[in-house]
Amino acid sequence: MNLTLKIWRQKGPKDKGSMVDYKVSDISEHMSFLEMMDVLNEQLISEGKEPVAFDHDCREGICGSCSMFINGEAHGPDRGITTCQLHMRMFKDGDTITIEPFRAKAFPVIKDLVVDRSSFDRIQHAGGYISVNTYGNTQDANAIPISKYAADEAMDAATCIGCGACVASCKNASAMLFVGAKVSQYALLPQGRIEAVDRVKNMVAQMDLEGFGNCTNTGACEIECPKGISLENIARMNREYLSANIKD
Amino acid sequence: MSANIIDQCVAQGVPFARDYGGLLDNRSFGGVLVSRTFYAKGQTGQQLLLGAYSAMNRQIARGKITPFNRHEMLDIVKVDGKARGIIARDLVTGKLERHSAHAVVIASGGYGNVYFLSTNAMGSNATAAWKIHKKGAFFANPCYTQIHPTCIPRSGDYQSKLTLMSESLRNDGRIWVPKNIEDVKAIREGHKKPTDLSEDERDYYLERRYPAFGNLVPRDVASRAAKERCDAGYGVNATGEAVYLDFASAITRYGKEQAKIHGIQNPTDAKIYELGKGIVEAKYGNLFQMYEKIVDENPYETPMMIYPAVHYTMGGIWVDYNLMTTIPGCYAIGEANFSDHGANRLGASALMQGLADGYFVLPYTIGDYLSHEIRTGKIPTDTPEFEEAEKSVKDRIDFFINNKGSHSVDYYHKRLGNIMWNKCGMSRNAEGLKEAAAEIKALREDFYKNVSVPGSADELNSELEKAGRVADFLELGELFAKDALVREESCGGHFREESVEEDGEQKGEAKRNDAEFAFVSAWEFKGEPSDAVLHKEQLEFNEIELKQRSYK
Ligand SMILES: Cc1cc2nc3c(=O)[nH]c(=O)nc-3n(C[C@H](O)[C@H](O)[C@H](O)COP(=O)(O)OP(=O)(O)OC[C@H]3O[C@@H](n4cnc5c(N)ncnc54)[C@H](O)[C@@H]3O)c2cc1C
Ligand code: SF4
Ligand code: FES
Repeated sequence: MNLTLKIWRQKGPKDKGSMVDYKVSDISEHMSFLEMMDVLNEQLISEGKEPVAFDHDCREGICGSCSMFINGEAHGPDRGITTCQLHMRMFKDGDTITIEPFRAKAFPVIKDLVVDRSSFDRIQHAGGYISVNTYGNTQDANAIPISKYAADEAMDAATCIGCGACVASCKNASAMLFVGAKVSQYALLPQGRIEAVDRVKNMVAQMDLEGFGNCTNTGACEIECPKGISLENIARMNREYLSANIKD
Repeated sequence: MSANIIDQCVAQGVPFARDYGGLLDNRSFGGVLVSRTFYAKGQTGQQLLLGAYSAMNRQIARGKITPFNRHEMLDIVKVDGKARGIIARDLVTGKLERHSAHAVVIASGGYGNVYFLSTNAMGSNATAAWKIHKKGAFFANPCYTQIHPTCIPRSGDYQSKLTLMSESLRNDGRIWVPKNIEDVKAIREGHKKPTDLSEDERDYYLERRYPAFGNLVPRDVASRAAKERCDAGYGVNATGEAVYLDFASAITRYGKEQAKIHGIQNPTDAKIYELGKGIVEAKYGNLFQMYEKIVDENPYETPMMIYPAVHYTMGGIWVDYNLMTTIPGCYAIGEANFSDHGANRLGASALMQGLADGYFVLPYTIGDYLSHEIRTGKIPTDTPEFEEAEKSVKDRIDFFINNKGSHSVDYYHKRLGNIMWNKCGMSRNAEGLKEAAAEIKALREDFYKNVSVPGSADELNSELEKAGRVADFLELGELFAKDALVREESCGGHFREESVEEDGEQKGEAKRNDAEFAFVSAWEFKGEPSDAVLHKEQLEFNEIELKQRSYK
């Protein structure tokens, strides 16, 4: 198929940036979206132009780096997948596709479609862990039985890949779904309960400091999340946060 | 050791699956017949990684670790023979940085991307390992590669990487190709569907060749068997490189079991299918969904197609029992080193090794080394050693930017990948390996003449990053071929066509030669890959007896 691409080009963090049109032809429906971008970039290089910069690594929905806002949706038109898992069969011959970076104050653009999501890292530094040393001598994992239901729910929360689609989809650029998932994973497990109060307070404080917006319950994040992280996690975080502050 | 690691990870909050009694649940995995693998949905590896990442976050919060995101190590700096720092490039600004230290640890992963197509992430590369090799670290067993049997087949020339389908699928999936070549043709041309073929018309070749282990034979055996069938013309997709992984019998088996559990008398076929599908969905739902997104076929209704792909490299930087390389003060851990797996690797053991290296070995051994450095003080970076290392890094970057050639970096990477896959892949022979070494050398020369890197050195420039990595792969690839040529036996993932069993029950299977080849090949850099000098480290086995594997 032949396509017109409207892509956000921005030389660097200080550049203003603008949309630029490109044409690609003979795109196979079996290509992934990023393979289509590879084809475009090969074409640009052969014309002596600069290729479009975009983040990507695992190309199988694991690392969460392929942050593209495609036709107005984080990770494009398909559901339950990341951009790297999106395939060209979702588009048809003659389509025009707009491709922008994930936009949020806390995700400044580095170049073209590459954004800096280190704000997510800093939220995790604030409490996304259990305080245990890593040189062995921990107790037997079976000494603390964990109900299958709690383990399964913690597992579902743990599938969050930190991609930031929830932030990009939210009209307030809120990071509540991401932080909710991280808080929940630990809050649901007995080993994580011990620090639950400090964790939720510190992570929420860092989230606010980074300039993420508030949650007004629109639910766009849940729809666009490639890992199906549910709004239930935001509710759980809010409960944790309230009870943590009552305990003060 | 592995039980310790599970305890450690659980303490860190990794959500391993639990059974109804609240204890850790387990299941079986490739290469073994008993259920002994703990798991976290279909993404155990990813969850262990996130667990390690969380432990790192804690140390960052405490100020014990300073992270440098978007930085690439481009050379090691030695002072008086000891590792004393690195040169790194800030990938956002392009600025070169000098970092000094009392010891350097390389944890840069494997080099599977020397094949261009692999299951490894796009950013995986050998540069850090190759740079230390060029400064004195021996590189061990470069030819030992694991080719994983359950990956989604290639669909075209534009393919950028290959996707692994979790090995756990082999617990319930049966692998087959059509028995008759006419059926293969009909399927490729779309006149027949795999589900049209009766049981008699299918060749469950793993069950046929290995009755004891069947579909659970180790990865290298399953991969070679798929290649054997496809080379013989039985591949079931347009490229001729795919076999079926079929869940129909598992669905029926689970369906009947469920019907019994729920007391359903004389269940209909539809009911059995519905109940069985539910179980398969609960176990592998996310993998099936992923497959459907990529291939656009529903694996509940038609068998999956799979083909082997490069997945892991057992070879790597040579280290001693303390994980130190042959450069004093320089350590290598995880997939970057050669330790633990030998010529083969069983399922789930890569992370076991990586976590053990990082959690349980290095913290103790590096302390011993550092204890002799207590009086060393801070190491200055304004010395000739740092100066020189930075200059050579800068010269190489400037070379790429100024080269103005006619081909992209990927053009060369794909060509290298082709040579590697065809001549240093699942099966190797002396003639092919000699050709591969010569072809890679020629390709490298062409690369330096004609590669084109757009953009500048002082900005985010992924083509520039790739150029440096491919340049190193073009050297490593040649050493790889040279190593494979020296190892004239078949062992583990390394299969030499000249070394197979001639007769008996094992006819055609890999033949080891322990009398002559029970050694590690540790290569010392001498300028060109072809000049590398081989050091043999003899392997001694006290507790176990070396013998031919049998999965019959
Ligand atoms: C798809 C897939 C699934 C897998 N599943 C399993 C599994 O279920 N169980 C199992 O046991 N194993 C599994 N493995 C294997 C296992 O994941 C790897 O062997 C393991 O992750 C290697 O860990 P590592 O820390 O040594 O290296 P990596 O995880 O590769 O990390 C290396 C890091 O170093 C960085 N780096 C590289 N070069 C430089 C440089 N020059 N400067 C700065 N940074 C650099 C890279 O960006 C990367 O972050 C899987 C592998 C793949 C690809
Ligand atoms: S919650 Fe979902 S959308 Fe948000 S970062 Fe995690 S995986 Fe991405
Ligand atoms: S590239 Fe890793 S999730 Fe898309």
